[in-house]
Amino acid sequence: MGCGFGKSEPQLKKCDRVSISVPAATAIRAALLIQRWYRQYVARLEMRRRCTWNIFQSIEYAGEQDQIKLYNFFGFLMDHFTPASSERNLISHIFRENEICRDTEWERYFCYKSVEVPDSYTGPHLTFPMTFCGVSKLVEAFKHKQQLHARYVLQLLGETWRLLRILANINHVSTCPTKEITICGDLHGHLEDLLLIFYKNGLPSSEKPYVFNGDFVDRGKNSLEILLILFGFLLVYPNDVHLNRGNHEDHIVNLRYGFTKEVLGKYRMHGKKILKLLQKIFSWLPLATMIDHKVLIVHGGISDTTDLDTIAKVDRHKYVSALRPPKPTHHAVNGSKTVNNNNTEDGGLVGGRRRVYSLTHHGSARAQRHDPPRRSLHNLPMSSQLNWSVEEELKRRRRLVGFDQSYGEVQKSDPDSDPESGETAETNEDEWKQIVDMLWSDPMPQNGCVPNEVRGGGCYWGPDVTEEVLGRHNLQLLIRSHECKQDGYEFCHNRRVLTIFSASNYYEVGSNRGAYIRMGPDLVPHFIQYQASRTSRELTLRQSVGWTERSALRALREQLFVHKSDLISAFQEFDPNNTGLISLRDWASATENVLKLGLPWRVLRSQLVNNTQYGMVNYQQWIRELSITEPKLEISDTSILETMYKNHSNLETIFRIIDTDHSGLISFEEFRQTWKLLCSHLKMEISDEAITNLAQSIDFNKDGSIDINEFMEAFRLVDLSAHT
Amino acid sequence: MAENKQSAEVIVSDVHKKIRAAFEAFDFESNNTVDAREIGTIVYSLGCFPFQKDLHDFISQVEENHSGYVHLDKFLPAMTKVLMEHKFPPIPEDLLLQAFEVLDKEKKGYLQPEELTKYMTQEGEPFTQEEMDEMLTALADHEKNHIYYKDLISQLTIDPDM
Repeated sequence: MGCGFGKSEPQLKKCDRVSISVPAATAIRAALLIQRWYRQYVARLEMRRRCTWNIFQSIEYAGEQDQIKLYNFFGFLMDHFTPASSERNLISHIFRENEICRDTEWERYFCYKSVEVPDSYTGPHLTFPMTFCGVSKLVEAFKHKQQLHARYVLQLLGETWRLLRILANINHVSTCPTKEITICGDLHGHLEDLLLIFYKNGLPSSEKPYVFNGDFVDRGKNSLEILLILFGFLLVYPNDVHLNRGNHEDHIVNLRYGFTKEVLGKYRMHGKKILKLLQKIFSWLPLATMIDHKVLIVHGGISDTTDLDTIAKVDRHKYVSALRPPKPTHHAVNGSKTVNNNNTEDGGLVGGRRRVYSLTHHGSARAQRHDPPRRSLHNLPMSSQLNWSVEEELKRRRRLVGFDQSYGEVQKSDPDSDPESGETAETNEDEWKQIVDMLWSDPMPQNGCVPNEVRGGGCYWGPDVTEEVLGRHNLQLLIRSHECKQDGYEFCHNRRVLTIFSASNYYEVGSNRGAYIRMGPDLVPHFIQYQASRTSRELTLRQSVGWTERSALRALREQLFVHKSDLISAFQEFDPNNTGLISLRDWASATENVLKLGLPWRVLRSQLVNNTQYGMVNYQQWIRELSITEPKLEISDTSILETMYKNHSNLETIFRIIDTDHSGLISFEEFRQTWKLLCSHLKMEISDEAITNLAQSIDFNKDGSIDINEFMEAFRLVDLSAHT
Repeated sequence: MAENKQSAEVIVSDVHKKIRAAFEAFDFESNNTVDAREIGTIVYSLGCFPFQKDLHDFISQVEENHSGYVHLDKFLPAMTKVLMEHKFPPIPEDLLLQAFEVLDKEKKGYLQPEELTKYMTQEGEPFTQEEMDEMLTALADHEKNHIYYKDLISQLTIDPDM
């Protein structure tokens, strides 16, 4: 980072200058000049790289927040509609946590034996029990882009499930002088990175123990291959390979971030079964790993209420998805336990970040503390013409069941619960919160512990919490992952917290390096960094920054495009005389208000706005010049179109939730219900006619059902400037 | 006189905006504070070309009591002064060319990596090995590994938009 100043004083060793035939003073002056010039150039690049990074990260976290909002909305529907509600029926199955069947019955369901392997199959054949040779063969096969047959997938996963059920919540590992432990962070389906780690570091074995700290899946294209490899090694070396659960080892999150789609795409016939089995496996993954009772490794982090004794005792498999507590009752306020520290002098979480009610932390007290306007679930602007008012409907139904309170208040209290069920719910809530905190939290520089409203789950915890929790458990270091770091790793909190991230080029080719840790009995971490992809290594510094930057700007232009109407409205507010022009400062202001990504717009301005006249922006022209194309289909209703772009991920998530048999197809009726759900979430109105027209125009096969993938593909935004 | 004063105010206001924008990029917690180690990058990115020694001095001026952090309250006035007084002006291209030609004793039109390395790591305000490696990757021609300084100077020169 930066220029490396301060590392040495200017040297004037005259005696060293033997071979220079140039007057010494002149050479020194020349060198000084060139050094100054070059350091300035590097700093400019660093500034651009920093801005690019901010763009990717903001968009990523905004997406996560979006997901939580959607999920909270579903939760609300579940809790507060009468059972007859049709929307509720569509989504209730994802909240069904009471498994009626016992494990033995599930075993029969997941049985691989009926799956035949045809002679035409050219992929690897596995034999069980797994051996080192077997897994190595698997690694080789995946390196050569082969696919494992569903029979073997089910068999391997079945064995894994059986093993995980006997593992404790916290893995305990001991170091010894002859073998170091290797610790890896997020992999996110990046098979190249896992292969690179194995190449540099060696395969797992009893001489080479490994800890993998969660987030093996989603985003990358080879999530399943990574899982199969990690599970394979786990089966062969159960005492030397340790897996921690990450926030992406969660079937609800997978619906949105690509893993579900990947599995269904690769296994058309058995995908659904594989996904169900994985759902169970994820819930059985251990939550943490402890080295020598001194170093704690968890995926996200901690909070001020973290208690390892509690964690050690929970029935971790009850928490199939971290996004939903085990009992669908009230979300009690854990008011006294959470320190809501709003350090206004430091600013805390004020600033450009969007905020939303998080999963575990509620309470109307919070509403008063944060001054800047924010888009919370309660304050979404209502569409002016509402035929079907969600608010009215909710009020009506609440009155039916005896509630007459606002959403926020309802979340605080539950008059219907009897004391006993309340108590068990309370215990579950506490356990659930501990788990969510462990999987979702991020460190912050300020003291205290506040809800992580950027992601929507877990906390932001400060150095004081680190000291307290580590002290209480007699630990010396916390290793976690969950956040992408430019150099693959980063210390914070006086080097008591270490973030390790193993997916290189996470945002884009050249965006960041990955890293892993080697640790011996001295418990001092040593880092090995890398960057997968031959392409990125050959790029010069300038090219690498340029590439990543172009990609980030593309993503950003997409975001700007989908918020077209909101942006124009915001710009027009600064242009009361309708001149069509606004100042750059107003442009930056308006853009931040609409997008709420917390980006340094003034710095980005030169990349996004090409045409200014005397410091003024012609905003209509600028929007037109964003060069993002629209689909070729004739959709006359532009507001639906815009809703679709803005809520691309939400739409897809809802589709996949509704598609209970994972066929990839939904009926017209289900399509209509999806839109109704989405619109009630957004507090918007949409007429049945509009939906029908939309459905008909995209029924590509004309057979009455809609292919989810085709639909999402048709509305994927294409950046026209990509080829310039 | 009044007009002059007004235009001066506008200029200062513009300068403030530029400084804030650059500062913001490193203000990770949105609390108007940046790590002191980023100040160099910020100062450079605002179009300044200080010596390392100058940077040292500037940072000790604006840092909060050796905390390792710099607050915008101190940075803004100090940086404004630097920009208004053109304290660390850019290096004219012809001067830069002369500097390279001084090092190119044989007047080849390019420098060999070894030549450049020797000067960059031993003279003036020396580079670290890491900085040197990065420089060679950035500047050296891929095929012949030569540093064609004439072309580089025009390619990498200051961004006029700053």
